[in-house]
Amino acid sequence: MKKAIKMAGATALALAGCGAFAQGVPAAAPAAGAPLKATVIHWWTSGGESQAVKQFADAYNKAGGQWIDQAVAGAEQARATTINRIVGGNAPTAAQFNTSRQFRDFVEQGLLNNVDDVAIAGKWDQIMPASILAAIKIDGHFYAAPVDIHMPAWFFYSKAAYKKAGIAAEPQTYDEFLAQLAKLKAAGLVPLAFGGQVWQEKITFDAIFAMVGGADLYLKVYRDRDQKAVMSPAFKQVLVDFKKLKAFVDAGSPGRNWNDATAMVVSGKAGVQIMGDWAKGEFSSAKQVAGKDFGCFPGFGPKAPYIVAGDAFVFPKTSNAATIKAQKLLATVVTSPAAQVAFSSRKGAIPIRGDVDESSLDICARQGLAIIRDKSRQLPNSEMLATPDTTGALQDVLTNYWNKNQSADDAQKAFARALKDE
Amino acid sequence: MTAALVKKRQSVSVAAYIALIPMALTVLLAYLGTMLWTARVSVSSSRTFPNSDFVGASQYIRLFNNERWLLSLQNVVVYGVLFIAACLIIGFLLAVFIDQKVMAEGALRTIFLYPYAMSFVATGLIWQWILNPELGIQEVLRKLGFTEAKFDWIVDQDMAIYTIVIATVWQASGLVMALMLSGLRGIDEELWKAARIDGIPRWRVYVSIVLPMLGPSVSTAFVLLFVMVVKVFDSVVAMTQGGPGTASEVPAKFIMDYLFGRANIGLASAASIVLLATVLAIVAPLYYVRSRRADKGM
Repeated sequence: MKKAIKMAGATALALAGCGAFAQGVPAAAPAAGAPLKATVIHWWTSGGESQAVKQFADAYNKAGGQWIDQAVAGAEQARATTINRIVGGNAPTAAQFNTSRQFRDFVEQGLLNNVDDVAIAGKWDQIMPASILAAIKIDGHFYAAPVDIHMPAWFFYSKAAYKKAGIAAEPQTYDEFLAQLAKLKAAGLVPLAFGGQVWQEKITFDAIFAMVGGADLYLKVYRDRDQKAVMSPAFKQVLVDFKKLKAFVDAGSPGRNWNDATAMVVSGKAGVQIMGDWAKGEFSSAKQVAGKDFGCFPGFGPKAPYIVAGDAFVFPKTSNAATIKAQKLLATVVTSPAAQVAFSSRKGAIPIRGDVDESSLDICARQGLAIIRDKSRQLPNSEMLATPDTTGALQDVLTNYWNKNQSADDAQKAFARALKDE
Repeated sequence: MTAALVKKRQSVSVAAYIALIPMALTVLLAYLGTMLWTARVSVSSSRTFPNSDFVGASQYIRLFNNERWLLSLQNVVVYGVLFIAACLIIGFLLAVFIDQKVMAEGALRTIFLYPYAMSFVATGLIWQWILNPELGIQEVLRKLGFTEAKFDWIVDQDMAIYTIVIATVWQASGLVMALMLSGLRGIDEELWKAARIDGIPRWRVYVSIVLPMLGPSVSTAFVLLFVMVVKVFDSVVAMTQGGPGTASEVPAKFIMDYLFGRANIGLASAASIVLLATVLAIVAPLYYVRSRRADKGM
């Protein structure tokens, strides 16, 4: 197998034509006493994100390391770069992936080092949410260091728009939410700021799925691939309810970027957007304050499920003692409370651990941190439960259902087929 | 023939072969090698990494059960026919127009050719705004008082692919114009004089005499455009991202998605091989006809 990978290396590089070529910075073994060099590939390139990752770099340098930044724009390109460098025998010290099944293949092929020592010393089993642990702990070994928790289905609304439409309170049920959207429409606003790209459609669907269908159905479908659950009337109802949103979306939504949709809420042109907590970066760069200019709620009512997603670093296999040391130091530093808070407050995410000083976080993040302490509300992101391939197939199904004049019955059948087709 | 001469000729040809080695190696390793490798991966169960197992035609079966792939093939045919036809017609007309000894010919030529020099990733975004019903043409018309004006193809399931035709024709027809113009300039002035003496109308000369003489220019343009059709990717990504839904999906985007985003290089390789086979099936007859003509000395 290893040989096949090596042989494939050159060709894979050629295939990865879209600018994702390896930027060769060979990780030379440092002499004794020299700082522990760590080449880190990540895709945090926007303003707020690079501010955030700088916190990690500073913390790592302070702890006696030397952070070599390898930012690659675009998550897919960054992951392709990582894959190519691993295959090409020039692996980085660490690389970013989503806390999901994206790196499962790496583990199965034996291409990652585990960080069990760090995880046991840091009591990860006790401080991290179960869904995160499920994604990083494979066959009893910790193969990634989670660095943040994102909840991809926050509702962000413009206080000005809500006032204009005469809405006083946050909705407690999905029906209330739909009624509010109708009010926003009547007030001449775009009710729902929607970016019509497949991944955004999936995020929105998952939000509605978790709220309307409930955590049990969600897990039965995504985790257990229970065909009976997918074909149940309850799931059909989820599809029907999801499509109700279509009436509250403007004609310009197809292909729109998420940040352009957020800008509609920022300017008060649109009422509300369903998006991950990274959207807060757009609000803060427009000098808007959570709780004052815009509001946020993570679902309907005090028991709404909280979808957990996020980012993690993986550590490609190496037998170089210095590199292993660097990997362990890196895993320790990025999961430490101080670095976590410094990173999360700039990233818009919440820390992976609850035992941190919350004072520098905004009210949405504090709300999220409070919710995540309640284990019953945590729900894994569907990408933690399905391979990238299956996730993609589900995206195709949903985007067809959303954009075409397709019946809920047909969409339900297509959804079941996509889940079966592993 | 003396021995010295034979020897000299031999050494020349050996030198020529040596000079060709780098190119031959490139073709063998970079083109044929990757092709074979892709074919190998397409019959394996590879996901993120290439696997060395053998699963037969199952990736191909999965591929042809994939609605999105079938749609992308259908789209690329529609796109290809319209794009090539429109580029050839518009390019030819532009060339004829410029050939009328118009003023500022150089400036016009530059203007027509300019879009081709621009990256489509940038211009695609501008086209996306122009066609966006909330920002572009439709909105402008409505602000001008045509409140019922409707031009929302880019968000329309059935029309989205045509918006990509419009934008890419805008980009590529200048290239066809340049090729045709050089062909037109190669036509003997005497021919025009003779036609004028015979009293044949200009359009008739263009259609019946000039156009057939432009054969080589047309076939060059066709080959270039055909290549653009097969690899159409950036314009789709920049303008519609394959949407709305999967309405403007094309094979190259399908392959890229499965190669990177969906970590399924097995399926992506199968799709690449199907695409290659399709291209060969179209190109091989053309090549055959050409070689037949060459044999006959045409």
